[in-house]
Amino acid sequence: MPESAARLSGSGLTLAYDQRVVAEDLDVTIPDESFTVIIGPNACGKSTLLRALARMLKPREGVVHLDGSVITSLPSKEVARRLGLLPQTSIVPDGITVADLVARGRYPHQRLMRQWSRADEAAVAGAMRATDVAELAERIVDELSGGQRQRVWLAMALAQETPILLLDEPTTFLDISHQIEVLDLCADLHEAGRTMVAVLHDLNQACRYATHLVVMRGGRIVAEGDPSAIVTPELVERVFDLRCEIIADPQTGTPLVIPEARRRACAPAALVEGS
Amino acid sequence: MTLSSSPGSSSPARPRRAVRLGSWSVRPAPRAPAVCLGLAVTGFVVAVLAISTGEFTVPVPDVLHALFGQGTPVAELIVGKLRAPRVVTGLLVGAAFGVSGAIFQSLTRNPLGSPDFIGFTAGASTGGILAVVSGGTAVHVAGGALAGCVATALLVYGLAFRRGVRGYRLVLVGIGANALLVAVNSYLLTRANINDAATAGAWLTGSLSGRGWDHAIPVGVAVAVLLPVCAYVSRPMRMIEMGDDAARAMGINVEGVRAAAVVAGVLLCGVATAAAGPVVFVALAAPQLARRLARSPGVSMTTAALTGAVLLTAADLAGQRVFAPVQLPVGVLTAAIGGVYLALLLRKDRH
Repeated sequence: MPESAARLSGSGLTLAYDQRVVAEDLDVTIPDESFTVIIGPNACGKSTLLRALARMLKPREGVVHLDGSVITSLPSKEVARRLGLLPQTSIVPDGITVADLVARGRYPHQRLMRQWSRADEAAVAGAMRATDVAELAERIVDELSGGQRQRVWLAMALAQETPILLLDEPTTFLDISHQIEVLDLCADLHEAGRTMVAVLHDLNQACRYATHLVVMRGGRIVAEGDPSAIVTPELVERVFDLRCEIIADPQTGTPLVIPEARRRACAPAALVEGS
Repeated sequence: MTLSSSPGSSSPARPRRAVRLGSWSVRPAPRAPAVCLGLAVTGFVVAVLAISTGEFTVPVPDVLHALFGQGTPVAELIVGKLRAPRVVTGLLVGAAFGVSGAIFQSLTRNPLGSPDFIGFTAGASTGGILAVVSGGTAVHVAGGALAGCVATALLVYGLAFRRGVRGYRLVLVGIGANALLVAVNSYLLTRANINDAATAGAWLTGSLSGRGWDHAIPVGVAVAVLLPVCAYVSRPMRMIEMGDDAARAMGINVEGVRAAAVVAGVLLCGVATAAAGPVVFVALAAPQLARRLARSPGVSMTTAALTGAVLLTAADLAGQRVFAPVQLPVGVLTAAIGGVYLALLLRKDRH
């Protein structure tokens, strides 16, 4: 049994791809009904941790617990009714419509003889409304913009109707306005009562949206907690090797990281040397 | 892949409608039921035509009488002993190739992932040629083809396996194996004596000529056993097309489904090749044609099976009648039709 009462947690996790160990001896608890954001520099193991929490990667050591059970001991389809994952990249099947793709999120709720119940229909309609893709229902997904497409993938994950939703870099290939759009949507879903866990790249966005921040570096968790309480210039320098100033976000009051400008005198000299 | 353009993208797609009966419910692609019915009717018409016509014409009513009840003794002989087994073999082999192609195109997420291209058919050919060269009977040739297909599949799958099998690795390894086996086949034919080479050459084209119930029944048994397996894995396979993680997140045992699909696909391909020789292009074309007919996303097993069956029997009928009295083996026709079809697809995709 896990020590904590949280629905999703990992203890003593050592995560590896073949021989390459990515993270060692991680303990992580996802607070219930939180919007947890995992952040850290490239190759710090944040996506690996998320994949382990979603049972995509079998930990070399340690276990992930879901609702008090070892996650791998539960039937995978049963897990899929409680915990959803939006992978970093998914492949859009050729010629599929938005409604059909979103409908695929109902798979864990369906059986061979019950492929499309009224509950399925309601869940898909609800997911499309929540993500604002209802009017795109009969469009071909390939023809949508990147932002629309990401909303469709989110709708598919929503249609799965899981109380816990894990998102692996949901904003990575989007421009700034679509990033904010997706994050606002995630915040709405969180407010509606879901536990959200996302891997993000942008520290300022993480501070703005997260209720619980997990900061990683080199396969270890360096800090975790409320962003306002833990994000300091020292932490940012320790984790990202970046000297910075932290001010309050004028919009939200959350920490806003301002990277230190390079000293002006250095720049022309460096350019001359480089050329 | 450039081949996989989205069907019906020019016009807005029609929404799917649910079909429910008590707790039973499905949600077919909008045109799938109509397309399946159309293909079944076409297949039946082609089959009856193929049985009815020839050197000795049996009127259609007599064919139906002979098929479904009591016909005249002459009609019974021609229909039951000579023509029906050939047509039934054609239908079954076509369906088997169609489903096999659908499986591998889905697994590799690539229309070129068909058994024709990734070495399975070439491996079956190697087995068949070896049996011919070593003086085997028709049964040995069939067994050699099946063994060659399975051995090649094991080899390709084993070489491509690295923490699971990824589609593009399977295609690349398969294309390599295909090149190697084609070379081996050519070598075997040059070393064979002239009679064996001629026999092997005829078999390699793929033909339904002279097929009897002893050919039809093994394929029928294989299809009857394997098609339900394919139907069962077709839904999770559709999910796996979106990526392994996406499928796992939906609670699918990705490697298990994939292994079952590969076994079913290889056996279907092997059994079909054993019965009719390595008929080209059906496995490639049937799933892609079916997809465009049904406007379904991805390949579908049922429509691919029906399309394959219609394609092969229609090609065989054309091979027997178009240049009569010259009889062309079905493989020549499927190659010609497949080539034209491929060219049309590529042309359409340029726009």
